[in-house]
Amino acid sequence: MSNEKKFIVSHAPFWHDGSSISERSYHTMLAAMPAVLFGLIQYGIPALAVISLSISTAIIWELIINKITKLPNTIGDGNAALMGLVFGMMMPATLPWWIVATGTFIAVVIGKYIFGGIGSNAFHPVVVSITILLISWNSYFDFDNALVNYDFGFPAVFPLGALKAFGTGSIHGFSLSGLLMGQQVGAIGSTFGLGLIIGGIYLILRGFIRWEISISFLAGMFLAAMIFNMANPEKFAGPFFHILTGYSLIGAFFLATEDSSSPVNCIPMLIYGAGAGILTVLIRNIGAYVDGVLYAILIMNLVNPLLDKIRPKAIGKVA
Amino acid sequence: MIKRPFIRLSKPRIQYALLGVKVMEPQEIPLPGIVTLLLDSPLIRKDIPFKVGDAVKTGQKLSIAGEGGPYVISSVTGTISAISPFYGDYGRVCTAISIKTGRKEELDKDFAAKSQGATLDTAAEFLGFTPGAPCFAAFRDPDKAIHTIVVFGGNTDLMIATNQYAIKSRIEDIGHGISILKQITGIEKIVIAVPRDLVPGFGHVGAELKGVDLSYPSAHPKMIMERELKLTVPAGKNCEDMGVVFMSAEAVASIGKAFSTGEIPHKKILTLVKKDGTQQLISARIGTPMGDVFSACGVSLNEKDRLIIGGPLTGSSIYSEDYPVGIDTDAVVVQDKADISLVSDYPCINCGECVRICPAKIPVNMLVRYLEAGHYEQAADEYDLYSCIDCGLCSFVCVSKIPVFQYIRLAKHELGRLNAAEATNE
Ligand code: SF4
Ligand code: SF4
Repeated sequence: MSNEKKFIVSHAPFWHDGSSISERSYHTMLAAMPAVLFGLIQYGIPALAVISLSISTAIIWELIINKITKLPNTIGDGNAALMGLVFGMMMPATLPWWIVATGTFIAVVIGKYIFGGIGSNAFHPVVVSITILLISWNSYFDFDNALVNYDFGFPAVFPLGALKAFGTGSIHGFSLSGLLMGQQVGAIGSTFGLGLIIGGIYLILRGFIRWEISISFLAGMFLAAMIFNMANPEKFAGPFFHILTGYSLIGAFFLATEDSSSPVNCIPMLIYGAGAGILTVLIRNIGAYVDGVLYAILIMNLVNPLLDKIRPKAIGKVA
Repeated sequence: MIKRPFIRLSKPRIQYALLGVKVMEPQEIPLPGIVTLLLDSPLIRKDIPFKVGDAVKTGQKLSIAGEGGPYVISSVTGTISAISPFYGDYGRVCTAISIKTGRKEELDKDFAAKSQGATLDTAAEFLGFTPGAPCFAAFRDPDKAIHTIVVFGGNTDLMIATNQYAIKSRIEDIGHGISILKQITGIEKIVIAVPRDLVPGFGHVGAELKGVDLSYPSAHPKMIMERELKLTVPAGKNCEDMGVVFMSAEAVASIGKAFSTGEIPHKKILTLVKKDGTQQLISARIGTPMGDVFSACGVSLNEKDRLIIGGPLTGSSIYSEDYPVGIDTDAVVVQDKADISLVSDYPCINCGECVRICPAKIPVNMLVRYLEAGHYEQAADEYDLYSCIDCGLCSFVCVSKIPVFQYIRLAKHELGRLNAAEATNE
């Protein structure tokens, strides 16, 4: 027996389609590139500093957690880097370094690992983190003040802030095509609508996100905003304005679609997406906050486990 | 190996391959020096009426525990060289009977004498160990009211051409087998299911014809039941509980051939899938060691390659080239070590790929959480473990490379053991 060859013995199936978590992470980062690059050009070195710092600190926090918990090193799966990137995209370019580092700490350690690590987080870690930061250091996230030193050649006001304060009269300066091309102030990676849409379409076509969620999110937003707008065009902006401002598009393609905090069955995905979209508009229009995407997503994350119980009957299931 | 396509909007369709119009002829493997026959019963020496050194003839029945007990049919003439226990997957225990091939082939006449008037008893007593593994137990089980026999001219798993070959080149044997089956079982409803594209050009064989979709796992018995016969098998039941017996085309051909010639067939057709993915049909004596097949076909094996009996999605890997060709060995796949993808211990990231692809509509993402934690009963009660048809697709697409399918099989096996233990305690 000793000179016999040793074969690999394992369980079926013996094929795998080759997909992997790292592939998903890196391609999602790739999809974010148009929007990120635009932000870097728009806001220059400070934006680069924020993005680099958020990615690197997210990776470092993950590494530290790996060491403390004595678990295998998981930074290779790209999840931490992706979280860092998405976090950075949603920050104003002027954010001080210590908030960035705190933010990624909250995202990685509290948002992800306290819940049990990858796949177990009930909420999108980055959304959790930014929500906490917003409550703690609200003034740093005032996009108008934060970006006051820039000269853009377009109205340097945060569109949603202006809308909230002064009604639709104040947003006539924004053309939809301008918004689509990123002529608005906001977070580093959330202003270039076209770039985000291209990234989103890429993710959908490649199957890295569940399109049902993104599409129903946008559809829910569109419908709700349209109804408000028809009821009172003086006070409430139209659907396209809502979709192209604030965190809407980044929410539709990068936040609401996060795997572990969203449903996987078809009808739940549609309810989840539409619910988040509608809630966003509700919060923006009649709630206290300027942008509602983060809270809307957190609320839908919360009901996700319940929603996902709506599922098709398995074959042969006896009552 | 099939990879994830670049554009992936809906769930992937994995297709069964069809044999070309020109049917390739199987390559004959030379008579091996030794054959090993696996008898489906644990080794209990005192029950065995034969011993090492006994002479056997081709076609001779070797049975243990007397009349009606489990048996094998010798595929060669020679002397018994070893009788040993053999352990398979999931607690399968067999008795391996090795026979050293002698010089001159002699045929056993026992079956020939009884094959004139075909009866169910004769078939059950002599043809249970023929290529394609026909099983007659369900017809004799008073608890099961069998009303339909499905003759399947395809293979459940991918890459396997064995039954397609049978249906294309042995249609006469199959036709005869069908009339024998009708005669001995009294069942009138016989359905031939073949891959859809093979339906045209089919002559009359005394059976209803159904075309089966070409996307995996349409050829799975439970899928054929659901889609073609419009009978849903309740979770935890099998097709026979619903009155339907599946037989492979090769098995029916064996029955037909046996009764028309009076000889028990002893050559198994199998599909060899080589490292480069090319297929080749093989004809070998039952019990031929896989090593003989490889050397006859010029397959060279290296350390850390993988040998798979059955198909790439549901087969089982073996550790030795001595593993014999069995009556139900429809394929052997050789995988180069470079092509082997390993599983990981990552948790489920809830990507939902498995849920999309599962043909039984099982919430695999939830199921796997319970299985990983060992909560098998909850998995069965709440997350549809028993609806699973064992297709293996969930593991195939799992982004985290979780051995989902292994968990599922293990859970079913463990629950089966628990239930059996409970039943004996009562
Ligand atoms: S093996 Fe997986 S994909 Fe196939 S039926 Fe079972 S759970 Fe569904
Ligand atoms: S494919 Fe794997 S990682 Fe994705 S949901 Fe299913 S079990 Fe989880």
